[in-house]
Amino acid sequence: MNKSEDYKDIPGTYLFDRTACAKGYHVNMFCMSLMKPENRQKFLADQKSYLDQYQLTEAQRQAILDRNWLRIIQEGGNIYYVSKLGATHGFSFEDMASSMSGATKENYRAMMLAGGRHIEGNRSKAEQAALAKEGKS
Amino acid sequence: MAKIIGGIGCTHVPAIGAAIDLGKTNEPYWKRVFEGFQRTKEIVAELKPDVIIEIYNDHGTAFSLQYIPTFSLGVAPEFKPADEGWGARPVPVVKGDPEFAWFIVESLILNEFDMTIINEMEVDHGLTVPLSLMFGQVKEWPCPVIPLCVNVVTFPPPTGKRCFALGRAIRKAVQEYPKDLRVLILGTGGMSHQIHGERCGLINKEFDTNFLDKISSDPASLAAIPHIEYIREAGAEGIETVMWLIMRGALDDKVDEIYRFYHVPASNTAVGNIVLENHVA
Repeated sequence: MNKSEDYKDIPGTYLFDRTACAKGYHVNMFCMSLMKPENRQKFLADQKSYLDQYQLTEAQRQAILDRNWLRIIQEGGNIYYVSKLGATHGFSFEDMASSMSGATKENYRAMMLAGGRHIEGNRSKAEQAALAKEGKS
Repeated sequence: MAKIIGGIGCTHVPAIGAAIDLGKTNEPYWKRVFEGFQRTKEIVAELKPDVIIEIYNDHGTAFSLQYIPTFSLGVAPEFKPADEGWGARPVPVVKGDPEFAWFIVESLILNEFDMTIINEMEVDHGLTVPLSLMFGQVKEWPCPVIPLCVNVVTFPPPTGKRCFALGRAIRKAVQEYPKDLRVLILGTGGMSHQIHGERCGLINKEFDTNFLDKISSDPASLAAIPHIEYIREAGAEGIETVMWLIMRGALDDKVDEIYRFYHVPASNTAVGNIVLENHVA
């Protein structure tokens, strides 16, 4: 059986497991509240007061205010919940994905049109390191 | 007696729904996607299902983190499209089939699949996008749909083996239902994609092609794929593809591949579609 620890060598991936689920519980429940139009309005009118209703850590709160999608994920957000926050601000899944991967929207779209991010070199951190070393030598 | 008339594997990318809803289907980016589904649309129209059992995952819409059912089945008379943060999709309310759904859920539980029973639920893009692909923009969906939800969001999801076995239990339930119904099974989600973290945009055509090749001829080997291989090879959210095995399990051991379509990309995702029918000797 695979336990969460076995997934740690997959690069750029934050498994939504028991640890993330516990850490991000309130982040995700906040995001889910944005499925109601009246809550989206309240949140957009005064983000800080709206966030006061949820037991968030300072890091989580800041990441939400900064719309730092990658940081929100690192703080326990799950992308399907976080997408509700994204949608509230007018961001699509594609917008958030390009931001998380550190690409511009245009470059990300071009990468996808060219067949997406290649699996070669992205399977594991070890594989990435080996390729980087090869590249240098 | 009820009869399974076919199984369809189909991506449920939300951006496909948005392209339909916003009238973008003729834009070059989307045109190829919709052209690829044209044949499936025709096949479904020819098959004339009386009811669809649609396997999908809720994306933090009807279920929050408060409770996370692994397998659940909707027995309600109707399911409204959900507002996922950008307003509800302008698609018809999904009508269920409570009598048949209860029959299935009773049969599954008594056959040792401990299903969660859903009396009230809104459905998200996971359920409605494949219906739009099969039927286009309609005033009413042409037949009732029974939603079967699978948790693939919070780890661990059910294993491929368990999904495959659930499909077999569904087959048995359908075959025992006394009414003459033509039942189509839709397995949705996938194919390779990752939409969180720095590895966003991962696509693995080789993994997807192998999956499409073997789902008809050797599903048992696919059922043995462990979660970690989906995550590593098909991207974190590519784990959704495990749900296709429920569809496959509901079909006979021997099936024919009627149609297949594969395309990259739709937004962040590899689009996959396969149509299978039970083999007639």
